[in-house]
Amino acid sequence: MMTQGIWPAVLGRFDWHALPFVRAWENPTASEIIGAGAALLVIIGAVVVVVLITRLGKWRYLWSEWLTSLDHKKIGIMYIVLAFVMLSRALIEAVLIRMQQAAAIDNAGFIAPDHFAQLFSTHGSIMIFFMAMPFLVGLINYVMPLQIGSRDVAFPLLNSISLWLTGGAAGLMMVSLVIGEFSTGGWSGYPPYTELAFSPGVGPDYWIWAVTLGSIGSTLTGINFAVTVYKMRCPGMYLMRMPLFVWTSLCTSILMIFAMPALTVATALLALDRYLGFHFFTNDLGGNMMNYANLFWLFGHPEVYILILPAFGVYSEVVSTFSTKQLYGYTSLVLATMAIALLSFTVWVHHFFTMGQNADINAVFGIATMTIGVPTGVKIYDWIWTMFRGQVRFTVPMLYSLAFMMTFVLGGFTGILLAFPPLDYLVHNTLFLVAHFHNMLIPGLLYGMLAGYHYWFPKAFGFRLNEKWGRISFACWVVGFYIAFMPLYVLGAAGVARRTQGMFDPIFRPWFYLAGVGALILVAALGALFVQLWVSIRERDANGVFAGDPWDGRGLEWSTSAPPPEYNYACIPRVHGRDPFFDAKRRDDPYAPPASYDAIELPKSSMTGPMIGVVGAATAFGLVWHMWWLTIIGVLAIIATVIARSFARHVHQIFPPDEVKRTERRWLRAVAEATPTSREVEMTSVNQGVAEVSS
Amino acid sequence: MSANEIKHAGLNLGDTDELTHGQAGSAVFGFWVFLMSDAVIFALLFATYGVMLPATVGGPTPASEYKILSAFLETLTLLTSSFTFGMVSVAMKHGASRRQLLSWMGVTLVLGAAFLGMELHDFTTMFGDGAYPTRSGYLSSFFALVPLHGLHVFFGSVWIIVMMVQVMTFGLDARVKINILRLSLFWHFLDIVWIAIFSVVYLQGLIR
Ligand code: HEM
Ligand SMILES: [Cu+2]
Repeated sequence: MMTQGIWPAVLGRFDWHALPFVRAWENPTASEIIGAGAALLVIIGAVVVVVLITRLGKWRYLWSEWLTSLDHKKIGIMYIVLAFVMLSRALIEAVLIRMQQAAAIDNAGFIAPDHFAQLFSTHGSIMIFFMAMPFLVGLINYVMPLQIGSRDVAFPLLNSISLWLTGGAAGLMMVSLVIGEFSTGGWSGYPPYTELAFSPGVGPDYWIWAVTLGSIGSTLTGINFAVTVYKMRCPGMYLMRMPLFVWTSLCTSILMIFAMPALTVATALLALDRYLGFHFFTNDLGGNMMNYANLFWLFGHPEVYILILPAFGVYSEVVSTFSTKQLYGYTSLVLATMAIALLSFTVWVHHFFTMGQNADINAVFGIATMTIGVPTGVKIYDWIWTMFRGQVRFTVPMLYSLAFMMTFVLGGFTGILLAFPPLDYLVHNTLFLVAHFHNMLIPGLLYGMLAGYHYWFPKAFGFRLNEKWGRISFACWVVGFYIAFMPLYVLGAAGVARRTQGMFDPIFRPWFYLAGVGALILVAALGALFVQLWVSIRERDANGVFAGDPWDGRGLEWSTSAPPPEYNYACIPRVHGRDPFFDAKRRDDPYAPPASYDAIELPKSSMTGPMIGVVGAATAFGLVWHMWWLTIIGVLAIIATVIARSFARHVHQIFPPDEVKRTERRWLRAVAEATPTSREVEMTSVNQGVAEVSS
Repeated sequence: MSANEIKHAGLNLGDTDELTHGQAGSAVFGFWVFLMSDAVIFALLFATYGVMLPATVGGPTPASEYKILSAFLETLTLLTSSFTFGMVSVAMKHGASRRQLLSWMGVTLVLGAAFLGMELHDFTTMFGDGAYPTRSGYLSSFFALVPLHGLHVFFGSVWIIVMMVQVMTFGLDARVKINILRLSLFWHFLDIVWIAIFSVVYLQGLIR
């Protein structure tokens, strides 16, 4: 029916079997039913959200206060919300992978091979591009401008566009659950397998366009952050006085600027192959897939440092704050960060030692890889020395930092093992590798982001998160990680290939069971995190810290109210050292009001970002399904939006001095009324956000 | 802040318009950073081209397809357009009449269009010889690199038109000035990329 008349022109290559419900109806296996269930979940989730917002009458509020906002703080929060949604999905997929592998020893299990392949492809792609990236970009967005004493990022509109490109791409990932299928080619999408000859369906196209939209968004974000750090620092904030989180944000941004284009090129060339019949990576007519491996990992390795550096920044802030000590070895931490950023461009070949270059090249890249361990080791020692003889408090962010130090070092050791090409030949492509990179990414990214979330949450929302549930969640993340991934080292060393849908040897069974239990504990960890949020919101009045400084903070971000006003600082601060607010508290009155207030100009909200993100996703959807009309309209609409926006002239809003004064007065009154908190009781309701200073 | 302080690489507005000069710092610097990231894309496509050059698979080769004369004329056209865009910047900075500014923009636009016309003609000639991107890895890499530059020139031309309209609508307000500064960087950048294409692709291809 849909192959006649105008339907092919309108619907492209869509047909009913693209819908998982139809597939499950016709072929009701467990695998198909799980697929349909996931699709149903996406639909129900979307419907519930829409109904809820309508019932609460919040559409206008949501649109004008959040979705179109150019405020870096709101954009940061939206990024992190996105990250949590995507984390939930990817974690569920990880559990399904674990359950299948535990079930499928000497039998077929309950997930068909093709479906299984989609699961690890979406899990990997989402965790990297739509969980990790949004999380760290969101955190930097929220914190970095505050830390450098700025009122916003350098390009607020671009910031919103990046958010929406990322959001549109994540939306595309969700749509792929409901319409069609996803790639089976893994998160790295290696051709020639992902070429038309072997994967003619829509799967790789979903992957290509989701990743491309996301990577363009990230490139723009990197540019935005780098310019912000270079150009928007307040007076006195010299480079060598910047908080370490700002340093790691800067290095991450530089990596984004130089590394993301490699990914864009890799996916664009693959798209040219698939759509226009080019021969970059095909098996015939001169195609060369090695070129893809080089392009992809030229991005891919710097990417892991894009992911890890911001977490290093968080740990530096957390360890110093909760030890009430100046960061030990500040200069060495800065140099180490830059060394890591630089070295990260020199090691990409270690991802394909086995792909045929000669032994000398492997040796060079193996040694380069091991070199990265040196600056990383420097950092670990610096954090340890920071704690030494400090007034260490075991708050939740601090617990994550400690768990990170132990666990990350372990993962680093297995990384050094893998850096030996001869050894890599043995465990390449096995679960040993999977264990290794989770051993790096879970402490080196996820724990860091969670530490940052707990640490800055009171700043962003004005109340502390519940300690008890925070600890429960922490315990689950750590115990779950060890139980889920240590068995994989064993299995990998025994030769179990990664991405395997089923195996035969019953001797593996206990290890897979164990890993499955670990994955369930990790789900509990995420659940506890949501419970914590719920409980904390309910108890928010008891745990309010409106005065803004719950942890005896050191940087400028703690010197405003919590949440900060839209303009961050009524007067642009001036700093005299590395821990400006900490020192100010001990030297004089950091809350002294200025003689007078000026009017403040900030960008007005704009619908350009949502337009570009939504239309961008629609364009990509048209490309995936070969609905060319949609693609053409989409591209034209994006160009028209950009041009139209360039004609807009009234793009600023003014906060008059009176309003600024009123806002500031209200906050200063709260500061004056709060009882200063000593460090011993900072985790209790006594804490109202003013630190007791012993000097 | 002193008016003559250099705020970013390239032409600064300096004391001719202190207010806009003050705002141009991060705006133009940001565009430089963007161009660096765009340069990485071109660099990778050049590398890809280098790797795939031998992959002609018995089909058309550089020597059989490249025409030195038309590549040379394209180079001249684009270089001239860079000069005329330089005149746009100078006219803008020193407050020349609006007519003069628009004329230099118009000339640049015509030269850009001429370049695109010649390039399209080259491509159709190649197609006529059976040199399609689908023919071989080498041609794929050629048609990813060179037309991408052409696409940039096309969007640069659209941008020139938009800026001409804005000059007519708004005159030279701060945003128009800053965007002309950025556009000029973009245009000169395309010139540099083209010089690389001319030497690495065309000259090298014909010498072998
Ligand atoms: C939190 C709990 C997590 C669990 C239980 C988990 C589990 C898994 C499993 C079972 C696989 C497939 C292994 C195989 O190939 O057989 C996998 C692959 C992968 N995971 Fe995770 N993971 C978790 C978190 C993360 C995080 C935080 C990241 C990154 C930030 C991540 C990135 C990846 C990537 C890139 C792959 C490779 C996908 C591919 O083969 O293409 N995972 N994970
Ligand atoms: Cu690597």
